[in-house]
Amino acid sequence: MSEVCVIIGASHAAAQLSASLRTEGWEGEILVIGDEAYLPYHRPPLSKTFLSGEKSIEDIQIRPAAFYEKQNIQFRLNTRVESIDRNKKSLTLEGGEIISYSKLALCTGSKPRVLPLEGSQLPGVHYLRNAADIEAIQKDIAPGKKAVIVGGGYIGLETAAALRKLGLEVTVLEMMDRVLQRVTAPEISAFYHRVHTEEGVDIKTGTAIRAIEGNGKAERVVLSDQSQLDADVVIIGAGIVPNTELAEKAGLKVDNGILVDEQARTEDPDIVAAGDCTNFPNPLLGQRMRLESVPNAMEQSRSAAASICGKEKVYAAQPWFWSDQYDMKLQIAGLSQDYDQVVIRGDYEQGRSFVAWYLKDGKVLAADCVNRGKEFMTAKKLIQSGVEVDASKLADDTVDPKELLQ
Amino acid sequence: MPIINYVTHDGNQFEAEVEVGKTVMEGATENMIDGILAECGGACSCATCHCYVDEKWVQVVGNADGIEKEMLEVVNEPKESSRLSCQITVTEEMDGLVVHLPESQY
Ligand SMILES: Cc1cc2nc3c(=O)[nH]c(=O)nc-3n(C[C@H](O)[C@H](O)[C@H](O)COP(=O)(O)OP(=O)(O)OC[C@H]3O[C@@H](n4cnc5c(N)ncnc54)[C@H](O)[C@@H]3O)c2cc1C
Ligand code: FES
Repeated sequence: MSEVCVIIGASHAAAQLSASLRTEGWEGEILVIGDEAYLPYHRPPLSKTFLSGEKSIEDIQIRPAAFYEKQNIQFRLNTRVESIDRNKKSLTLEGGEIISYSKLALCTGSKPRVLPLEGSQLPGVHYLRNAADIEAIQKDIAPGKKAVIVGGGYIGLETAAALRKLGLEVTVLEMMDRVLQRVTAPEISAFYHRVHTEEGVDIKTGTAIRAIEGNGKAERVVLSDQSQLDADVVIIGAGIVPNTELAEKAGLKVDNGILVDEQARTEDPDIVAAGDCTNFPNPLLGQRMRLESVPNAMEQSRSAAASICGKEKVYAAQPWFWSDQYDMKLQIAGLSQDYDQVVIRGDYEQGRSFVAWYLKDGKVLAADCVNRGKEFMTAKKLIQSGVEVDASKLADDTVDPKELLQ
Repeated sequence: MPIINYVTHDGNQFEAEVEVGKTVMEGATENMIDGILAECGGACSCATCHCYVDEKWVQVVGNADGIEKEMLEVVNEPKESSRLSCQITVTEEMDGLVVHLPESQY
């Protein structure tokens, strides 16, 4: 019998892993099992151009069906895996069917953190993770309607921008005292707060949601100060949690993600894992981490595919991320943690173009670049090389970023 | 369907039929042509889909502008003919287009 590699989850990680298996020389079968209705599609546009209606599901497909056919990659969509039997090397699907594997890849991703909130079951209340969520949201929105977004993270803010574009009245509720608090310096938060306000979004920081009320559907939200806000639609973006239950039930080690090594291998020699669901050691940063980003899912999957084929490809990449809102492209290089200095280039109090460099011991750890492609690319190189830089040059907009690399 | 030719840094040439409306980046990834990483999937955010448009085709393809141009200034070995392949949408006129791939996207 020919060997079969089964991939659980059919999204960014699975799309890359299945393709890379062929590049690495896997000749056996490849079966991707996913519980969504579609072939792998790009998730970032969900809160951007897909929500705003500029792009359709076909437009955002990662690769067309013909690609998978040609590479002999099979799909079982609308299918959930219930459990893994590592001794028998088999899976049980929802409904009871049993499928055997020679090699297994866990690409189960993550899911929205559910808020235990009174009224969150009402029609009109949505989470935002997959295409089906957006399709449901689209039925509830129209110009002039009132949207309340719970959570001022990237996804919440992108959603606010897309809904403004569609002509809704938008309020963002953020429990912390500034938006994006978990991920950026105060200057970036202040910048996004200002721009969203300019675009007509009402951002309420230091404000938690207590309940959602309405007669048969969401009509208003009750806030922590007991005040109320009318709402036709409520979208909750309160962070995500990794999908680790399958792995955990199968006895694999899990600690804020499925534990893998720097080659995406779990402790079971026949099982790898990649993407949002993993917790992995980053050799460049010398620490374990779990990331929620497309580049992470893609690059780790290349390494996982190599591991399945018995080759060695260490996953060692600098984290990076992007976020598109209105006419602004934010590109983030590196991880802004444990920094001791923030240097600003450009003006974050007006306009829509500036950089926040995060430094530690005079070296660039990370940079948040708003409409600054050149600085973003420069930051990636500065982080990689780990050289000390002159902070005054970083701050000086008349210094060409390329000079910083010399 | 237009045919796009991808030439790797070591001189290997790959031919791919790419539908009008798709990007040169998609043409590469859908045909398993190495050398284009496309980490952001075409969102003009990563610059890991860098290519050089063959001299003869620069006119047809056009030049980069905006954030694409900015990023291209700081890729490895930028040239006049550098483009981000996800920003080149294939047209009928591009039948026969030749793009050269850099040695590394990093
Ligand atoms: C709205 C939104 C905007 C985003 N914007 C950006 C951005 O701008 N830039 C960026 O880098 N990242 C962005 N991200 C994050 C990025 O989409 C994720 O990091 C990426 O999707 C991770 O890919 P993955 O394959 O690991 O997991 P996922 O995309 O989460 O896919 C996992 C899949 O597995 C399925 N699954 C889980 N368990 C089972 C099971 N037991 N059986 C069958 N199927 C199962 C899930 O339903 C899902 O389809 C965004 C995410 C969202 C939701
Ligand atoms: S694919 Fe990322 S910039 Fe082209």
